[in-house]
Amino acid sequence: MKLMRKIFSADKNVSYGRTIPGGIRPRAHKITSLRSRVMATPIPPVLIIPLNQQQGKASRPCVKAGDRVLKYQKIAEAADDSSLNIHAPSSGVVSMIQNHTTININAANQLCIFIETDGIDEEVPIPDTLDWRGMTSEQLLPVISNAGICGMGGAGFPLSKKIDSAIIPDIHTLIINAVECEPFITADQALIREHADEVIQGAQILQHAINAKRCLLAIESDKTDAIEALSNYADRDSIKLLLLDNKYPAGGERQLIQAATGKELPAGHLPAEAGIYVQNAGTVFSIYKAVVENKPCISRVTTLTGEALQTPKNFNALVGTQVSWLFDLCGIDNKTHSKSVAGGSLMGIELMDNSAPISQSTNCLIAGSLSEFPDIMPEQACIRCGYCANACPSGLLPQQLLAYSRCEEDELLAQQGLFDCIECGACSYVCPSSIPLVQYYRSSKERIISARQKKETSQAWQNRFQYHQYRIKKLKDEALSRTSAKPVIDKQQSADDPFSKEQAALEVAAAVARVKAKKGNVIASSAATDGSQSDGEPTA
Amino acid sequence: MYPLIETIYVQAAIACFAIFLLLQIMFFLRKYWIHSLEKQYSIVDRINALLPQTQCGRCGYAGCRPYAKAMSLGEQVNKCPPGGESTIVNLSLMLNEHKKTLDPAHGEFLQAAVAVIREEECIGCTKCIQACPVDAILGGTKLMHTVIESECTACDLCIEPCPVDCIDLIQLPPLKPLWQSPGTAERGLSGRSFVGGGSL
Repeated sequence: MKLMRKIFSADKNVSYGRTIPGGIRPRAHKITSLRSRVMATPIPPVLIIPLNQQQGKASRPCVKAGDRVLKYQKIAEAADDSSLNIHAPSSGVVSMIQNHTTININAANQLCIFIETDGIDEEVPIPDTLDWRGMTSEQLLPVISNAGICGMGGAGFPLSKKIDSAIIPDIHTLIINAVECEPFITADQALIREHADEVIQGAQILQHAINAKRCLLAIESDKTDAIEALSNYADRDSIKLLLLDNKYPAGGERQLIQAATGKELPAGHLPAEAGIYVQNAGTVFSIYKAVVENKPCISRVTTLTGEALQTPKNFNALVGTQVSWLFDLCGIDNKTHSKSVAGGSLMGIELMDNSAPISQSTNCLIAGSLSEFPDIMPEQACIRCGYCANACPSGLLPQQLLAYSRCEEDELLAQQGLFDCIECGACSYVCPSSIPLVQYYRSSKERIISARQKKETSQAWQNRFQYHQYRIKKLKDEALSRTSAKPVIDKQQSADDPFSKEQAALEVAAAVARVKAKKGNVIASSAATDGSQSDGEPTA
Repeated sequence: MYPLIETIYVQAAIACFAIFLLLQIMFFLRKYWIHSLEKQYSIVDRINALLPQTQCGRCGYAGCRPYAKAMSLGEQVNKCPPGGESTIVNLSLMLNEHKKTLDPAHGEFLQAAVAVIREEECIGCTKCIQACPVDAILGGTKLMHTVIESECTACDLCIEPCPVDCIDLIQLPPLKPLWQSPGTAERGLSGRSFVGGGSL
């Protein structure tokens, strides 16, 4: 830190962020994966592309099994603004579209497009590069949205939706998040080290697109190589570096805003409502590719690390590459490999099936050994030490939340701010009783959300039932009023209507009488001539 | 100037009268206040909010609200099969009754389900449309009908009137929680468990 201050003491483009409350300082495991450069993977024999890589709806496939697809060809299109356009990462034949296990936390087993690659890597013709400086934000935003990019920080928020939320209010600050505080992940650091120019340009494009006044690039102060790469470009335009204290979870969206501006976002509010827009460095790199090179997002930089890998490194991996294939590429040692983890060691999830493909939000894969990830200690009683409350970056009371979670006291949980919990896992990390606190909170959140949804649907059913009753009553009333009103209408009409029923009846009767009279005359005349039936018929 | 008013008794009497007037006004306003409260939180509405609103009539009443009204007048709380165990528990808590098991005369606990019309067999008689309490069936005379799945409450009322028996009640798979509480299940069995704190 002191060294950094010395280096950048005269530099106006560098500012220092505030330290976030709480947080932990876990030992970093970054150096092993940073030894080599970012490498592109060879084309894997099969690509399994999940249709739902983000928080939101699954995309609709627009290819069939048996179709040949080219690189960058659109194979699935967005169902609504919460889903993505998906493009083929390489050329090949779509072998099938069926369910497969994936890394996505919200849709573990979901529909995937299987592509058997042919190794030719034949591309669809790519249009000319765009001059983004001459474009307005209305022209630029569809280009970014259609490229099928989702937030690459790990949570997987779809970019198009995030951008939509940013257009309406005035955004004054754009923060590029390259903090990467998780102890194992180095994807953004490696990306910036080698592609600082592209990341900076991507940030400028995004800043131009959402009309932000200033742009900060937040990075932890101990990532000296990345900062050095950035400092060559950062003074070029309005982009400034924001150096943060090396602390977990400084890279959380809300924590980052707090570190950058000193303001805490209120619960349930989006950063855009405060005029701040946060985007990950990897996402910004994809935006650069989408706008300047006109290539949709088909790959991402993923960290492969862990003691079980012989050559841990960062790969520029195609979306849909299987985890086991990537592990083999790094030389996995099956004897020491005990646990596969997707995402960081603190917020990530344990992978049960290594055949799962990576998605756009997979920033790290860890093939952990037993010494890195020892067996989970049995849960012991809470001793009320209060370490968790000190570690919580959101200022919650984890032990209180735990007690309420165990009792399923949903109202009290909401009162205690359960939904402000960012699930960073700092409380579980410091807990001396090894209580899996975050898992309690996750299950409580899920229970509360499903109860709310149930209540909403029952309310909707009730409203429909009430409308149904109202409709039936209205129909009945209308039918009643029609039957009772009918004779009134007839009476009114009979006065002046020449075609009324009574008039017609009278006319018919008159006609019958006339005919009968004629007949009678004929009969009478015939009787007169015969003289036999004179008293037979009375004349009409 | 006014010697009568200055006497303590008269002053006390005036004060009493003023307090009486104030109480009158408060009582008058209170009536309206309670009235507005009752409108929002009448006991029938509060009971109704606990019911699942399937409008199936399995309880023997025309819908959920009539049953709620009957419960407020002393009807048993254990007559709602689609609500499940939790509905009975919540109702007995609210109405201060002992917990009861479901009355078997009204059926068994039901899983989430949805009615589906076998469309090639539908003759378009509109009888199910008339029976549906939430207007979740679309169609016209001599035209094929179909159920809007998201609006179907699985009330079972459309199945009986169908003259060709082409409506099935299909049970939905039970919703499995993504994250199980460590207290209730073994960790790792749910397939998703946190590694949190594993790398010391």
